[in-house]
Amino acid sequence: MKSVSLLLALGLGAAVVAAASCGKNPPPQNPGPVVDTAAENQRMRDSIAAAQAEAERQAAAERERIARQREADSIAALGRASEEVRSTLAAMIHFDLDKSNIRSDDMGALDQKVAILQANPELKIRIGGHCDERGSDEYNLALGNRRAQAAKQYLVSHGIDASRIETQSWGEEKPLVDGHDESAWSQNRRDEFEVTSGGDNLRRP
Amino acid sequence: MMERVMAVAVLSIVPSFHLSAQDTSTIDRGVRIGIIYRPGVRPGLVLLPRTGGGMGLDSVRLIVARDLDYSDRFEVITLPGGDSIRFATAPTSARATGRRTGSGTAATGGAQSGSTLNYPLYQALGADFALDITAAGDTTVATLHDIAAASIRRTVRAKLPRPGDPDFRMAVHRLADQALQAALGTPGIAATRVLFVKDGKVYQIDQDGADQKLVSSTDRKAMSPAWGADGRQFAYMEFQAGKGWLYLQDMTTAKRTAVSTTGSALDFTPAFSPDGQTLAFSRATEEGTDLYTINIKNNCCLRRLTVGRFSDNLSPTFSPDGQRIAFVSTRPGLPQIYVMAADGTDQQLFAPFDYGVTGSSNAPEWSPDGQSVAFHRDVAGTLQVFVLDVRTRTVRQLTSVGRNEDPTWAPDSRHLAFVSDRSGYRQLWIIDLDTGRIRPLLQQSGARLPAWSPRLTEAPSTTP
Repeated sequence: MKSVSLLLALGLGAAVVAAASCGKNPPPQNPGPVVDTAAENQRMRDSIAAAQAEAERQAAAERERIARQREADSIAALGRASEEVRSTLAAMIHFDLDKSNIRSDDMGALDQKVAILQANPELKIRIGGHCDERGSDEYNLALGNRRAQAAKQYLVSHGIDASRIETQSWGEEKPLVDGHDESAWSQNRRDEFEVTSGGDNLRRP
Repeated sequence: MMERVMAVAVLSIVPSFHLSAQDTSTIDRGVRIGIIYRPGVRPGLVLLPRTGGGMGLDSVRLIVARDLDYSDRFEVITLPGGDSIRFATAPTSARATGRRTGSGTAATGGAQSGSTLNYPLYQALGADFALDITAAGDTTVATLHDIAAASIRRTVRAKLPRPGDPDFRMAVHRLADQALQAALGTPGIAATRVLFVKDGKVYQIDQDGADQKLVSSTDRKAMSPAWGADGRQFAYMEFQAGKGWLYLQDMTTAKRTAVSTTGSALDFTPAFSPDGQTLAFSRATEEGTDLYTINIKNNCCLRRLTVGRFSDNLSPTFSPDGQRIAFVSTRPGLPQIYVMAADGTDQQLFAPFDYGVTGSSNAPEWSPDGQSVAFHRDVAGTLQVFVLDVRTRTVRQLTSVGRNEDPTWAPDSRHLAFVSDRSGYRQLWIIDLDTGRIRPLLQQSGARLPAWSPRLTEAPSTTP
């Protein structure tokens, strides 16, 4: 928007210059003497300055309008930021077969969640631990619980109050992907993160 | 020389492992025969051809014949020509005894106390027992002949419900069990059922694969059904949104009662104590998963048996004397089978394993005779059924075809029902440990977590 208005201002300025040179300076039959040229240059400088002032004024008005617009859009804009934060928060982490330790490639994702939780003190979340279908049906309830606890412990050890994090285990009862191959299994061995309260206007960390 | 000795030692180990695995056939052969199957050892039994009519007699005979076959305790002899060959017997009266005549002799009438079955003929056919099922008015009569003794071993009379009555089949199963008891002096398993979970619902099915019926009455997802020792109720878990609640349900009235626990936790894998007073279960909390017991008679006295901290403890199963509990613990890293006294003391490893080699072991169930614990173990990435010998603490792998899991004991402690995908999809199968014979219990995909009932001594629906 800013660049558009600047272009607009420059265009207007150029138009003014063109108009001035057209209207006030009919083409001489005979190219004038040096004195005429000096006066002409002065007039041109004046008109350019005027055009620039005009462009400046219009740009300022535009900036003001944009500011007002931005202010009017602030709630929506905040919402968009909130949505972005929410999706960062909801990013799943994954586990190795029959394991509940946090993988090093998932620590970055958890660190982002720590930052979000710190930037939004009212925010409370729930972590759901999930397993693939390969393990024992009942043991997977214990394993899912371990996986949820592992993520919670990571967040708590990085300064988040334990009371802000609820955990639950789904065992293998809620697969994300149907399928009976490693691709499906590796996606199903996961922790999911959801907001339980304080998630209306999430701030960026 | 040393090398040769070593080689011999290794060779002697490897085959013994293979010998202990019974389940090596491919699936498309239908019924498979294990390597320790010795047909000559089992007594031969012949179901005598039908004589006379009677309400539902064909159904009764069919059900009894299959029950005796599925007991895996007899060599069931099929008469050449089936029922068309009568061996010159002739019905003479509606009485239970004395109706049969010897081959080539005239009918002797119904008054004699003895039997006139052609014993030498049946002996020649390899029969040790002959079972005759007849109808006398509204009474069904099962007569068991002892061929070697050339006499009637026992006569059982039963007033069976009409075919189609919900209690009919179970009553016939009881008749079959009585016949088996008369022959061998050991109780059968015909009058039993298996509970299992499919699509989040608990179903029951008779051990012969008949009469599948929905039993759970909840809209929540149900898991882990477990029978009470009297067969009148079962416990199970209702699962919703990561929480688990334990319930007891009456088999007759379908009334469900919540087990009073703290309520907001994830409680799972319930197991009754043999006296029916106590329910042991697993509870997952922030600290991990641990074992608890609760008194279900008075709905009180929650007691914690394990303190895992950094390990999980789950899937309890009582020894039949109620003194011990086998369970799963992750204290060695991966889950393995442990045992402790029922009060939580004296916790120790139960099923041996090689650290770093043996895969996860889960889902233990103590056999009704107390001598074994069945469980499943991860072997090369897939689950197989194992049996632990409680006395020697040695394990034996039972299955090797496909994925096999969640074994549950029949009351005879020689049959196990389990989940297997050997046919391409997960369904319920039954294996006889003595013969290695495997049969499908349910031809439906998605069945899991089976629980075999105790002997169901009376029809639940006639119990007030």
